[in-house]
Amino acid sequence: MKAGSNLEKVLESGRFAVTAEAGPPKGTSAAVVQKKAETLRNACDAVNITDNQTAIVRMCSLAGCVIVKQQGVEPVMQMVVRDRNRIAIQSDVLGAIALGIRNILCLTGDHQKFGNHPSARGVYDIDSIQLIQTLKRMRDEKKFINGEDISGEVPLFIGAAENPFADPFEFRVIRLAKKIEAGADFIQTQAVYDVPKFKRWMEMVTERGLDKKTHILAGIIPIRAVGMARYMRDNVPGISLPNELVTRMEQATSGKEEGLKIALETIEQMKEIPGVHGIHIMAVGWEDIVPTLVERVKLLPRPVL
Amino acid sequence: MKAITGQKPFEEIAQLLGKCENVYIVGCGTCATMCHTGGKAEVLKMKEQLESTGKKVTGWMVIPTPCDTLTEDALKEDTEAIKAASCLLVMACAFGVQTVALYTDKAVYPALNTLFIGQEEAPGRFYEACLQCGNCVLGLTAGICPLVRCAKGLLNGPCGGSVGGKCEVSPETPCAWQLIIDRLKEQGQLEKLEKITPIRDWSTSLSGGPRRTTVKS
Repeated sequence: MKAGSNLEKVLESGRFAVTAEAGPPKGTSAAVVQKKAETLRNACDAVNITDNQTAIVRMCSLAGCVIVKQQGVEPVMQMVVRDRNRIAIQSDVLGAIALGIRNILCLTGDHQKFGNHPSARGVYDIDSIQLIQTLKRMRDEKKFINGEDISGEVPLFIGAAENPFADPFEFRVIRLAKKIEAGADFIQTQAVYDVPKFKRWMEMVTERGLDKKTHILAGIIPIRAVGMARYMRDNVPGISLPNELVTRMEQATSGKEEGLKIALETIEQMKEIPGVHGIHIMAVGWEDIVPTLVERVKLLPRPVL
Repeated sequence: MKAITGQKPFEEIAQLLGKCENVYIVGCGTCATMCHTGGKAEVLKMKEQLESTGKKVTGWMVIPTPCDTLTEDALKEDTEAIKAASCLLVMACAFGVQTVALYTDKAVYPALNTLFIGQEEAPGRFYEACLQCGNCVLGLTAGICPLVRCAKGLLNGPCGGSVGGKCEVSPETPCAWQLIIDRLKEQGQLEKLEKITPIRDWSTSLSGGPRRTTVKS
């Protein structure tokens, strides 16, 4: 065991893992985070706490993680390189470990241009692959980037993201291999709507044997309404949402029901794809649906290890 | 090397000039002329604009290259008009502004924003080519700089926002990593990108403090 986190135990035991995402509030209320943690408590193995997602200022991921952990729910701390240099990054990692956080997801972060402070200076001192490398070195060699020693233990289960739907398609697998080489123990992918494309990507992943070197969790974003489907199709860079799903949402009497159905079908298909070790549900602002979703794909109860 | 400039909004220029009523204008015959931001035409237009707001323009000149030391001689040629002014408005890149400031005791104000070191891809269309980071990576990236041409300056790109060869920040911006990959593929060198590019040393850039160098003789 590298960190002994619940997520690590579930994945290492060969079980199909479920993680879910919760965004901290644009404010100071711990209760908002606690409520999300309660909703997700029994429906997943760990909860990702986002790090100023879409470059909008929110309560920091570290605080969100601690609040969730105090509730007895395991957090995955998301960490972007957009807002911190290597000094702040390493310092935050030390603090996170001291506060009992064991899972960290390494991300580049959405460009600041998309957020609510578009005039901010982007940091990008290191990139996401170098962040993975940094955490691995901190854990395995107990060294900082500069080679100095870290005192104390550094138990970490290191995650990364990958987007199979971005371009250039053939290079995405090479980049995944780089992330694994850098030290990614698990991968959470961008939301899957285009299942055939995802399957093609997974074939390339398994051909290279990458599924044996890391745990891949397929991303799921349940669609709530036809407007959301159209928005994701047209405006979210790197999301591939087929027209036929938009048509299904348009023709449905209840958008929520149809969105749920699409998510259920997608998860069932993910369970069948060789090399997929779990799902990561990002029910942005619709966390309530997660327990229903997980129950209906027969992934409840979650294992207690 | 071309310093690409853009004109500051006139309101900002007016604010910079403040109570300075008598203004001398300096233009640039090189980069700013090419950018249509500080050539003769723009200098004359600025003169007109300033006069329409009640300022007095005591004189103007377009120095062929205001960033070099000949600027001192150029300014001497119009001593009287400059003397009559209480400030100089320089329509050149920041380098030109600072050079002019070396040779006058008067207040010097910039009329332009210096945008970047540009490469001309089509007549009048420029993109940023170099960050002057002090630690060139072009040898690894097929001669395309990811530090300025990738919105996130990634050394191990592309990020998940690269779609159809374009960057997530703007549909007009090519994804630098798509360009790098295409070119390395053409050269049969794509395996170069399978290796992780390590964390870089930013101390050679401005992060290391103001930079200076002495040319060895």
